[in-house]
Amino acid sequence: MQTLVAYVENKPGVLNRVSSLARRLAINIDSLTVGPTENEEIARMTIVAHTDERGAHRLEASLEKLVDVLLAENISGRALLERDLALIKVAADQQNRPHLMELIKVFRARVVDVAPESLIIEVSGTVDKIDGLLEVLRPFGVLEMARTGRISMTRGSDLLRPPLLDIEVSAVESEVSKVNKHP
Amino acid sequence: MKLTGAEILCETLTRLGVREIFGYPGGAILPVYDALGKSKLHHVLVRHEQGATHMADGYARASGGVGVAMATSGPGATNMVTGIATAMMDSSPIVCITGQVSSKVLGSDAFQETDITGITMPITKHNVVVTQTGDIARTLREAFVIAKSGRPGPVLVDVTKDAQQATAEFEWDACMPKLPPKRIRNNHDQAEFDRAVELLNTAKRPVVLAGHGIMVSGAMRAFEQFIRAGNYPVAMTLLGIGCFPAKDPLNLGMMGMHGEAWVNNAIQEADLLIAVGMRFDDRVTGDLRTYAENARKIHIEIDRAEINKNVKVDAALVGDAREVLEHLTPHIETRDHSAWIRHINELKGDSAVRDIQSLPDTGHLYAAHVINDLWKETRGEAIVVTDVGQHQMWEAQYYHHDRPRTLITSGGLGTMGFALPAGIGAKFAKPDSEVWVVVGDGGFQMTMSELATIVQEKINVKIAIINNGYLGMVRQWQEFFYDKRYVATPLVAPDFIALANAFGIRAERITTRAEVIPGIRTAREANETVLLDFRVEQEDSVYPMVPAGASLHDMIRRPHNPLVETASDE
Ligand SMILES: Cc1cc2nc3c(=O)[nH]c(=O)nc-3n(C[C@H](O)[C@H](O)[C@H](O)COP(=O)(O)OP(=O)(O)OC[C@H]3O[C@@H](n4cnc5c(N)ncnc54)[C@H](O)[C@@H]3O)c2cc1C
Ligand SMILES: Cc1ncc(C[n+]2csc(CCOP(=O)(O)OP(=O)(O)O)c2C)c(N)n1
Ligand SMILES: [Mg+2]
Repeated sequence: MQTLVAYVENKPGVLNRVSSLARRLAINIDSLTVGPTENEEIARMTIVAHTDERGAHRLEASLEKLVDVLLAENISGRALLERDLALIKVAADQQNRPHLMELIKVFRARVVDVAPESLIIEVSGTVDKIDGLLEVLRPFGVLEMARTGRISMTRGSDLLRPPLLDIEVSAVESEVSKVNKHP
Repeated sequence: MKLTGAEILCETLTRLGVREIFGYPGGAILPVYDALGKSKLHHVLVRHEQGATHMADGYARASGGVGVAMATSGPGATNMVTGIATAMMDSSPIVCITGQVSSKVLGSDAFQETDITGITMPITKHNVVVTQTGDIARTLREAFVIAKSGRPGPVLVDVTKDAQQATAEFEWDACMPKLPPKRIRNNHDQAEFDRAVELLNTAKRPVVLAGHGIMVSGAMRAFEQFIRAGNYPVAMTLLGIGCFPAKDPLNLGMMGMHGEAWVNNAIQEADLLIAVGMRFDDRVTGDLRTYAENARKIHIEIDRAEINKNVKVDAALVGDAREVLEHLTPHIETRDHSAWIRHINELKGDSAVRDIQSLPDTGHLYAAHVINDLWKETRGEAIVVTDVGQHQMWEAQYYHHDRPRTLITSGGLGTMGFALPAGIGAKFAKPDSEVWVVVGDGGFQMTMSELATIVQEKINVKIAIINNGYLGMVRQWQEFFYDKRYVATPLVAPDFIALANAFGIRAERITTRAEVIPGIRTAREANETVLLDFRVEQEDSVYPMVPAGASLHDMIRRPHNPLVETASDE
């Protein structure tokens, strides 16, 4: 499993380009999350892909070739903070409710909705933690579940902030028109 | 100045230096056609939109500029798909402009609505739908920049009909192309560079693999200086042909599946491969596990995604070929490879005069003779545009190109039907050059309707049909790997002479070797298009051949007596 981060133009169609690219390279995506950054014109993606280092290199380099992708970087193997968030609706009656509450505490999850027959639990953390909670909830009856997929960030001073520069367009344009006028 | 979107489109193309547009009209692009009529742009009416894309491609490859193709929405746009994929595989810069239904009905399955940007997403470098008149000029300018810069490729711009019809303020300086900002990678990695220099200066048996990227980069001079500095033998990919003169003693010829035996053997014996602007295609490497096992590898390549994709390399120099070579050449210290070059010349032996060429005339007409005579008669100076199949490989083997951009062929996609339209495009790019279309009887029948385009445009291209009565390249595979079960490869063709005449084109049938040179001469003397129908040996095969997936040195060689396989003439 490899984790990549991409900064992309925050506009329609870009997600399609990114997922279509991975499909074309025959790389399976485990999870892909996208949301705006502090600059609303730029969105950030975390892509978790089933591939090896070589595949990740190809994906990273190919992503960066897309016009709408500002940068792409394979951050696997670096010191990372990873988060996944889940909402789990679990069956709960009067009898097992105390037991459930115990478990929820152990996992540092929260109850965000209470109904006579069910609870909705919110949990965030690493994928392993959420998988662990899910396992212990199963016997109670998991009615529904929604997960965000992973978001990742490199720790500390390891900033994903290479300078982004404008592409030199006028030189290419004048060369094109020169050659086209006198091929 | 207030203009309609259609007028803005034509004005923008004109300012970008475009002279010809290859296209076909229809409802959704009609406003643009109306504006075209009032502009200085010359529109070439094709007979199928696939032809328009190949013409734009041929134009781009012959000129080094950007070719432009145009079509209407729906079927017009989908007919472009093959040509776009062809350009994508061979990194050819074309801009395709399609009409689209009005923005108000987008997504409603309106008449002739097709999601062409969705369809072409994986086969374009970039594509975009324009729904606002005010965005047309900027988007087109961006399309040209994207198509031409870095690793070139096709860009499709889909313009809705209402955007063509509405008016907007047009001012050139106000619609500057603006691409999203990018991380600019500092490609120069000193450690990689030092390693490359070290490898170059310690190699005993180097071979340079020259690819299409040298042409794209315009690196021919820098490449030659590099070769002279190190005295390196050069092998070329199919698309690299022309980047270094064939007549140069250091030029060994083409590598790969149908490359010369001595070239492939030299690669397998090499201790250093220096790949420049080539992507180690599977037709080039054969079985990767046994490919140049004893060689270290240096890869000079503009596209990071190509590094270590097929072949793992020891030093990767990412960047434009010309820039990298100019940087590298001054560091070359070792240039004595005479023992190695002598060894390669021994491998070459007398097969340098290719086996089949030196056979006495036995009344059999071999395609190789035709191509070789064409080379001699044109002194190697023509632009040759080939289709896909056996004739394509014979062209690569027997026509010796000394100048860049003089062999135009579909390599990566191997698109039959490419040659005739691409040849027309090349002629528009280079009206003063002699253009020869070399095409099989199968591929010619795929796009022969473009003969009408030739007549309508009154252009002068020479067409050589290498007519073997078969889908020859596939027949060859059936001969070698399917016990000669010729399923669906014998091919009936029309009388090409009568056909050409019906279009108003002169034509001549050539059945013997003695007629070849006179036929070529008459065609060359004519100041108009001439078609020659060469009736060649039907069951001849291209040798050597590395079977798909076999090791590069495991070549099937020409049987000693090629006449054994002779089929009866019709
Ligand atoms: C029937 C058939 C048989 C074939 N047999 C053979 C064969 O025997 N031998 C053979 O060689 N081919 C053969 N081919 C062609 C083959 O499929 C490939 O198309 C060809 O090998 C590709 O050559 P290339 O890598 O030089 O060009 P491309 O595929 O065009 O690749 C060009 C490379 O250069 C890079 N580049 C672009 N611009 C620059 C720049 N400015 N600076 C540096 N790098 C740059 C690109 O990123 C790319 O990696 C055959 C094709 C057909 C249809
Ligand atoms: C559009 C397309 N369809 C099928 C093929 C597969 N194919 C490759 S070569 C070939 C035969 C070409 O026959 P012809 O044009 O007569 O040329 P020859 O090989 O006989 O010289 C075929 C069918 C292809 N390359 N392109
Ligand atoms: Mg044929």
